[in-house]
Amino acid sequence: MSDQIPPRLMQTPFHSRIATACELNQWEDWKGYTTPSAFTNVELEYFAMRNSASIFDLTPMTKYRITGPDAHAYLDRLVTRNLGKLKPGRVTYTAWCNDAGQVIDDGTIFRISRDSFILCSQERHLDWLEWSALGFNVSIEDETDRIAALSFQGPSTCTILKNMGLYGIENLKPFDLTHYPFEQSELMVSRTGFTGDLGYELWVDPDQAEKLWDRLMDAGEQFDTKPAGSEALQIARIEAGFLQAGADFVPAEQEVRAGRSRSPYELGLGWLVHLKKSHFNGKQALQLEKRKGSRYRFVKLDVAGNKPAEHSFIYNRHHKVVGTVTSAAWVPTAKRNVAFASLEMPWGKPGDELTVEIYYLRELKWSRVMEKCTVIEGAVFDPERRHATPPTCQ
Amino acid sequence: MTDTNQFDVVVIGAGHNGLVSAAYLAESGLKVLVLESSGTIGGAARTCEFSEGYRVSECAHLVYALHPTIVRDLKLTNYGLRYAATDLGTISLGSDGLHVLIKGDSVSGDISYEDADSYRKFRSKMIKFCQVFATTLEHQPPRLMNGSLGDKLSLLKLGWQVRKLGKTDMQELLRIGSINIYDVLEERFDNQLLKGALCLDAVLGSHTGPRSPNTVLAYLYRHVGETFGFNGPSIPLGGMGTVVEAIAASAKSSGAELRTSSKVEKILTEGSKVVGVRLETGEEIKTHTVVSNADPRATFSSLVGYPQLDTEFSRRVHNIRMKGNTAKLHLALDSRPRFTGVGESETGNRLVIAPDSDYVERAFNHAKYKEYSDKPIVEISIPSIHDSTLAPAGKHVLSAVVQYAPHNLQQGWSQASDTFKNLLIDLIEDYAPGIRQQIVASELLTPADIESRFGTTNGHWHHGELALDQFLMLRPFPGMSQYATPVHGLYHCSAGSHPGGNVLGMVGRNCARAVIKRGDR
Repeated sequence: MSDQIPPRLMQTPFHSRIATACELNQWEDWKGYTTPSAFTNVELEYFAMRNSASIFDLTPMTKYRITGPDAHAYLDRLVTRNLGKLKPGRVTYTAWCNDAGQVIDDGTIFRISRDSFILCSQERHLDWLEWSALGFNVSIEDETDRIAALSFQGPSTCTILKNMGLYGIENLKPFDLTHYPFEQSELMVSRTGFTGDLGYELWVDPDQAEKLWDRLMDAGEQFDTKPAGSEALQIARIEAGFLQAGADFVPAEQEVRAGRSRSPYELGLGWLVHLKKSHFNGKQALQLEKRKGSRYRFVKLDVAGNKPAEHSFIYNRHHKVVGTVTSAAWVPTAKRNVAFASLEMPWGKPGDELTVEIYYLRELKWSRVMEKCTVIEGAVFDPERRHATPPTCQ
Repeated sequence: MTDTNQFDVVVIGAGHNGLVSAAYLAESGLKVLVLESSGTIGGAARTCEFSEGYRVSECAHLVYALHPTIVRDLKLTNYGLRYAATDLGTISLGSDGLHVLIKGDSVSGDISYEDADSYRKFRSKMIKFCQVFATTLEHQPPRLMNGSLGDKLSLLKLGWQVRKLGKTDMQELLRIGSINIYDVLEERFDNQLLKGALCLDAVLGSHTGPRSPNTVLAYLYRHVGETFGFNGPSIPLGGMGTVVEAIAASAKSSGAELRTSSKVEKILTEGSKVVGVRLETGEEIKTHTVVSNADPRATFSSLVGYPQLDTEFSRRVHNIRMKGNTAKLHLALDSRPRFTGVGESETGNRLVIAPDSDYVERAFNHAKYKEYSDKPIVEISIPSIHDSTLAPAGKHVLSAVVQYAPHNLQQGWSQASDTFKNLLIDLIEDYAPGIRQQIVASELLTPADIESRFGTTNGHWHHGELALDQFLMLRPFPGMSQYATPVHGLYHCSAGSHPGGNVLGMVGRNCARAVIKRGDR
């Protein structure tokens, strides 16, 4: 045994590059890895994401490799969405539930080949996946530290990747994945992301990580490509309307107090639940909920004023608390004050008059405003370039 | 599938609980089909001819607690249920010819007056505690979470049964209910033979030793029959098989159909609902209600299949504690065996080799490490003494339940079976010198044999340990205790559900009542 105590936090394969670029030295712990919350300036990082290109180190995301003759059937039983049409070379977004139909996590499934998949998500739950494998011929491996991953997001990303030599990348459709030779190894590229914009996620052997970073920065230099930290991403994902496990819902397997977890219907993810497919985890509970009604409704709110309504109470017009804000931000591109909230039924129907109670601290003095808010349908930011193939920008 | 094959209910397995269920269901007017995989009905409660002219109860060999409700409702006496002997005593054998005879509330033989007196008090207290459990036998256990009013009432009733004992006894039940039999016996008795025999009662059929937690509960469970008319074990005339034959006859007369050599391979479902069963032959039988008499693990992992169930549910099925530890020895003897110090008139009792409580605990030690005991504990019955139909005139059969013989034996049973059998015969010979020369034929059923013959996972006699964590509303596991399952139309009626093992029959009855009450065919 070595006498050396291992570091409390691991470093990602990009750490040497990130440490150099992280001028603010603002670090945080993301699932056991040292990751930056900001490099130089959160706004500049955010605007790089929206106007040119940004690089975000995705390595700490949970990545499970699921292989074997039953891998497809196994995943179809695990998740709420029908995976019948998920072909090799495609990615899908889905949620998965426990027996009570409560969301354990949401994430993406990459079908690499007929019998090989990667499940990518925020939370770790190998234990759940292993138990779910009873009766299936599959093997499940945690590849989180065996794959270095970058999220490359923004309108210029396609052009930059083309310049880097990824020929034909412009033909990659949203939720497609493909492979390119890279140095002595292979680079997997998927047209996916967490910003609601044109963007790609790049998956590579950890040995090649630094080279990938350098080549992206070189190819993207003239486009003002910037590395981004978690704070910039937080604004972008709220603008795009994306949920985050642990922030917008309590992952069911981590719930301590009864009733704090949520079903997909209660998170606005009902579109991911395919009750007509064959048996899947939580199906019966979700069928029952569909019949009897949900306890909560998840809504996106447009809040008056410019103060982010983080964790605010929400009142109905009778001044009764009907819910809580889970995430909130002033989103600069859409120029809106957006909040996500979990409301008790039946509140939160479009047109309901609701009020948020925002507390804010200015020079050691707490103040409070009661702001009106309205339920938004659809995303406040959803550019055409996100969907077009080839992307309509450069 | 053909509509001509349609039944209201298909019962999988013609064990005693399956047949009891079928009888109640048929009696209520439903069209019932019972499918049994082997060539004979009865499951672990049948009589087999293991050598020409010698017949013996193949697995369970004594009736401790066949519930009078079932005997009455199914008119089993009219259908041929007879006992060759009832209310047998238990003789705890000592190697030097010393022994004690436990019969009812008295102990005689080589025992002090003080211990005999203590036993009287001990037994009367235990019977009082058994009453508490006896009241739960006839009902489905209450749900703890999201229970209905009925659930809350039956929970209150259980609480009231405990409270009704009075303050002192209630405290005593709560004190000893979850602890081990070894300590409780140490508090009361000096006599080793007595303590050994009582320890055996508390561990038979389980993966526990006398020092394992909640073995007092298991002891109470074994004696629950003494609250409704049994005053010791009984031997059915013609072996255990006649009990199930009587149940089967009752079921048939109510209109149930029985098919043997019909192994069900799969319970067919559509959208979490039962639509039928498929036999090994490929034949499919249409039904909307299936009652499974297979153990809970086999029911859910093989017959339904984990992929048709949710993860947490599957995990609970997978984690049911059910390590089979019990073997069965059959000896065909050319004459009546003689046990040292035991009078001829007494040999017909239940004879146990468990000479002291440490002996029993030591026997268990081996099982923890996947080895069989070098000094096992044995429960012997020589039914031919009471029932001349079992062996040719003047000859006898000896039936012995033996522990510990772990299912997951390190070296594997195919290697060890003969050695273990010889070890057992040597052991019995210590108490019955010369018995080896009397043997005409012999047969050992290891847990592996019991698993393959009766289809019980790990060869576990009770389809799951009978312990607090798998008792009442926790049997077979939390979240599934009222016979219905997450698969709509599938019910479970084996000993793995409440109230559990031994030839009691109440699981079958309670399950049938649950099916009839739901009425959702």
